[in-house]
Amino acid sequence: MGKIFRFDKDVDTDQIIASQYLLFPTIDEMKVHTFESLNSEFASTVKPGDFVVADENFGCGSSREQAPSVLKALGVKAVIAKSFARIFYRNSINIGMPVIVSKELYDAVADGDEMELDLEKGLITTSNGNTYSCTKLPAQMQAILDQGGLIASLNKED
Amino acid sequence: MGMTMAEKIIACAAGVETTKAGDIETVTLDKMMSNDGTTHLTIDMYNNKIKNPRIADPDKLIWIVDHNIPADSPKTAASHKKMRDFAKEHGITFYEGEGVCHQVMMENHVRPGELIFGADSHTCAYGALGAFGTGVGCTDYLYAMVTGTSWLLVPETIRFNLTGKLPEGVYARDLILTIIGKISANGANYKAMEFAGEGLHTLSMADRIAVCNLCVEAGAKTALMEVDDIAMDYLKEHGREPKAIFKSDDDAVFSEVYDIDLSTIEPIVAKPHFVDNVVKASECSGVKIDEAFLGSCNNGRIEDLRVGAAVIKGKKVAPKVRFLVVPASRSVYKQAMKEGLLDIFMEAGAMVMNPNCSVCWGACQGVIGEGETLISTGTRNFKGRAGHKDSFVYLASAATVTASAIAGEITTADRV
Repeated sequence: MGKIFRFDKDVDTDQIIASQYLLFPTIDEMKVHTFESLNSEFASTVKPGDFVVADENFGCGSSREQAPSVLKALGVKAVIAKSFARIFYRNSINIGMPVIVSKELYDAVADGDEMELDLEKGLITTSNGNTYSCTKLPAQMQAILDQGGLIASLNKED
Repeated sequence: MGMTMAEKIIACAAGVETTKAGDIETVTLDKMMSNDGTTHLTIDMYNNKIKNPRIADPDKLIWIVDHNIPADSPKTAASHKKMRDFAKEHGITFYEGEGVCHQVMMENHVRPGELIFGADSHTCAYGALGAFGTGVGCTDYLYAMVTGTSWLLVPETIRFNLTGKLPEGVYARDLILTIIGKISANGANYKAMEFAGEGLHTLSMADRIAVCNLCVEAGAKTALMEVDDIAMDYLKEHGREPKAIFKSDDDAVFSEVYDIDLSTIEPIVAKPHFVDNVVKASECSGVKIDEAFLGSCNNGRIEDLRVGAAVIKGKKVAPKVRFLVVPASRSVYKQAMKEGLLDIFMEAGAMVMNPNCSVCWGACQGVIGEGETLISTGTRNFKGRAGHKDSFVYLASAATVTASAIAGEITTADRV
């Protein structure tokens, strides 16, 4: 079971990682500032295997790949939202971080609840035993994710 | 069945006769732009993660240092150096201090019919010249840089038929904020926003870039405008020829169609903290400001500086208000100097900065502190976008921003 960190709608990439940290040399130096403006405890309390759950349009705004990258570097297992902004969604798959559309989960859980995710079955189970099915990725994107991201898939082609 | 502009550009880049919304195509990119917001990470991945590092065609790469220029810290300077050295080693076209990336691209590179990746969300600005520009992250950029190709989900298109003419004192910024307010911050997610109709011909290139540039704030994958004489004149002035000129077929399928009468648009302000949180500018009047910003890839062109200068000529910036004026490129800066506009701003008490993203990007120049309020011609008003997490950004036209700088509170140009 991983812990749920719950966020509202229209979380933009500036909230995930602010501009002032983007030119830091590495993702590891940036990640301690993840969600700084929305939840200053996030980076110090999130543990590998935890989840981000959000309302609609998660990751809107800038194309900064640092946004999914810092979440992945902190060990976030997946982001589950009612819907995603396009560039964040694509960036996440490209770096091998699952992004999952679930229309029900956000309204059914509270911040701090726990859940499990079975990616292969596309099934979410919350700590009270309720289950929620996830929307499937398009085949092209699932293939990239399965190989661990776009660069891994490129290296395989080469 | 007919095709949309977006479908035609993608079909051309994919080397196929036809394609339709929902198809996935492998495309050959015409150009790939990247700036200092992410390129240092792209280079690290190129050097450390790619099994067989190579660049498909260095001539298609354009790298632009614009976000934190001049560098504000040793860390930034190191990231810039990495970018500069790599560009030199690999023969990549490189700009530094020349202007905001999209303005530099419009002035020097974009051609109608091209498919362009930019590692920056506002790459959709290139639609003003009938090019399919779309923002990508650095992994997509790296893949495209190495292979020369990428895959694209062909987007549905929302069509905006423009009629009439913007009233005096109303600007392209007001138009696009009105549209975003109408369709919402994700109203065009995954889609192309296409603009056509007789009203389009009343918009200058500066207006068109401002409209297309902001379409990503409605979630759009790209923005596209039909290429007319105004676009062709701009292209010719800048010494370029089109790759191809496409327009949507009469029987093309659009997901939605909006008819917009430009003469009905009014001065608009987007309130904190969302671009679609729009109201009539008059509804914000009286909101005290600490800083005003005239610049960015959205409104830092010579036309915008002329509007601002006309409003502030002979007047002064309000006491205790910082007014930042930031031309979007070196050529805009030089033209503004030639026309005496910079003198007008300096006389009024404004700070004229070098061409860069400035406080629109909120990481170095002009950031605002806790509890402060900025009115800006920048692209976004997200929470903390311009500095402290507990600060406030309002978006408006060059005229409204300049008028507010004079008044020390949000107001419109007809009231100062």
